[in-house]
Amino acid sequence: MEPIKTFTGKVVAVPVNDIDTDQIIPARYLKVTDKAGLGQALFSDWRYQADGSPKPDFVLNRPEHQGASVLVGGHNFGCGSSREHAPWALVGAGFQAVISTYFADIFRSNSLKNGLLPIVVDENTHRQLLSLAEEDPTTQVTVDLESQTLTLPDGRGVTFPIDGFSKHCLLNGVDQLGYLLGLEQETAAYEAGNPRRVDTALVAG
Amino acid sequence: MTSKTLFEKVWENHLVRPQSEDLPAVLYIDLHLVHEVTSPQAFTQLRERGLKVRRPDKTLGTMDHSTPTTPRNQFGVIPVTDMQASAQLDVMRKNCADFGIPLYDLGTSKQGIVHVIGPEQGLTQPGMTIVCGDSHTSTHGAFGALAFGIGTSEVAMVLATQCLLQNKPKTMAVRVDGRLDAGVTAKDIILAIIARIGIGGGTGYVFEYMGEAIRGLSMEGRMTICNMSIEGGARAGMIAPDETTFEYIAGRPAAPRGADFDAAVAQWRRLPTDDGATFDHEIRLDANDLVPMITYGTNPGMGMPITANVPDPDKLSDLSQKQALDKALRYMDLQPGQQLLGKPVDVVFIGSCTNSRIGDLREAAKIVRGRKVAEGVRVMVVPGSQQVKAQAEAEGLDQVFKDAGAEWREAGCSMCIAMNGDQLAPGQYAVSTSNRNFEGRQGKGGRTFLASPLTAAATAVTGVITDPRQLVSEREYA
Ligand code: SF4
Repeated sequence: MEPIKTFTGKVVAVPVNDIDTDQIIPARYLKVTDKAGLGQALFSDWRYQADGSPKPDFVLNRPEHQGASVLVGGHNFGCGSSREHAPWALVGAGFQAVISTYFADIFRSNSLKNGLLPIVVDENTHRQLLSLAEEDPTTQVTVDLESQTLTLPDGRGVTFPIDGFSKHCLLNGVDQLGYLLGLEQETAAYEAGNPRRVDTALVAG
Repeated sequence: MTSKTLFEKVWENHLVRPQSEDLPAVLYIDLHLVHEVTSPQAFTQLRERGLKVRRPDKTLGTMDHSTPTTPRNQFGVIPVTDMQASAQLDVMRKNCADFGIPLYDLGTSKQGIVHVIGPEQGLTQPGMTIVCGDSHTSTHGAFGALAFGIGTSEVAMVLATQCLLQNKPKTMAVRVDGRLDAGVTAKDIILAIIARIGIGGGTGYVFEYMGEAIRGLSMEGRMTICNMSIEGGARAGMIAPDETTFEYIAGRPAAPRGADFDAAVAQWRRLPTDDGATFDHEIRLDANDLVPMITYGTNPGMGMPITANVPDPDKLSDLSQKQALDKALRYMDLQPGQQLLGKPVDVVFIGSCTNSRIGDLREAAKIVRGRKVAEGVRVMVVPGSQQVKAQAEAEGLDQVFKDAGAEWREAGCSMCIAMNGDQLAPGQYAVSTSNRNFEGRQGKGGRTFLASPLTAAATAVTGVITDPRQLVSEREYA
């Protein structure tokens, strides 16, 4: 994974609460076996008409919002299904960060593993960002991961939380699987001390 | 000795490395369930890095999400006509074969929804850690296991290392006192809980359900409750194991036998939360107050007693909540203040990992027996697994449904997620025993009312949303 340090991006708002991962990418796009092209399916049911043409009034389709890389959603972004296709679709459509007042646990975890930053802000900042993005489509913010700072257009910096390990992984492009593979000895020791509970081979199909 | 919660005991028993200032805990996983939709990219990652599956003996594959539930052909085969689904199933077969993972292939005798087969085979046991690339893995918590959904990157981690990196969640006690009236079920309890806390209310928590009403439930009812923990935002929900749990597990294929079983039960008895253990948060409900529940909106938190009226957005003070309700009612084409009782529906779906077990089908059949499906209503009954299907057929339940005019189908997720062609047409209304009423969940433009199998069955025979207590009371109902 590419390290992430700092970036500046255009903001687009989808001001809906409780955006679930079925909206981010509907289940019918999940019959794939790779990650290619999922960006096209992002918000598919909100974004396209029945004949597949874009709905001109949906915010992501408007010309002035093209190239946005920071999405501001409503409260509780990413709830529902655990599908990692949701962050894959967001990344595929060019997003580097999503901002909300809070995120569903699995979505947040999945995003962090794909270089998509879930940024939690307080209600006031959230409201400010939503109206800025709606009033002025050129609105940009800067994200600095090292200092955990989101800099708003007025120059105000707000800090956002992120767990130390995820931050380390993102800053250094470290992947978590590699880290776990490095714990082979400890894992083997755990297994030696804890007998197997079930054996799926005994109930094989 | 300090008092501990059920969650804390299971968590601590699985620490390969405890959480520290800068590192999450490394948690060992006892059972990893794998299905065709969320695993292909994980296996690709393993291949790219030249890795093996560390413990195929702790891993089990099934096919459920994209599989058809249409009848078998003359060769006993369930035909897959969707080319993309067919390719995905082939990839699943190849992955399981190449990496040595047992697979319940489409049409074979143990195949079924991933959260139905684990408990059914006796693989789901108290005190275990269980994961799957599927948010309803919380179901298995009904046995006192710590079970939660993971993403595909994490599926790769567990395949390769049998471990996961996790930050310790907070705990919430969800106490349900009292007893349920006839016609009120586990599904109504969980819908009432979610209506109370909202779909984000459990974010960051593991629930432990407790209290007289929970103790009084069968394992199937407990699974229905834990299943929908994620709909309240909690990644996992747990119920302390007791005699009901041990009885359910005894004799199942993967359960320990003889003296081993007794030894296991002795261990399991030590799992329940100690007196004096504390939770980060607690909520209480009284089962005596509950009536059948139904959702009116586009997330599972938008639920109400079936006798209530659809809420009015103008009465909400919070602007974003008002907008959310407005949007939901527009999608559902419902009016504020409207009654749902008596509203005609197009489809009734009885199935999904929430309510497709034998007990659910027995309940629904009690209402359907001797009655006819209302004209113009499509009723689909989709057993959760081939084992459930076989059991139901042995009891003649299939005949009850077929005689009434319902469709009796092969096992799978079906219209819960509408990936396999089982779906609503735009604008159609369904009463569904599944767990999600999100926009488009059961088919683009489709509109879902979530309810219990009893409510679904009552609606199936009347054609309009019906309080099942009316029909239940007409019959002898245990
Ligand atoms: S039945 Fe529905 S909720 Fe359950 S695993 Fe299948 S798709 Fe997911």
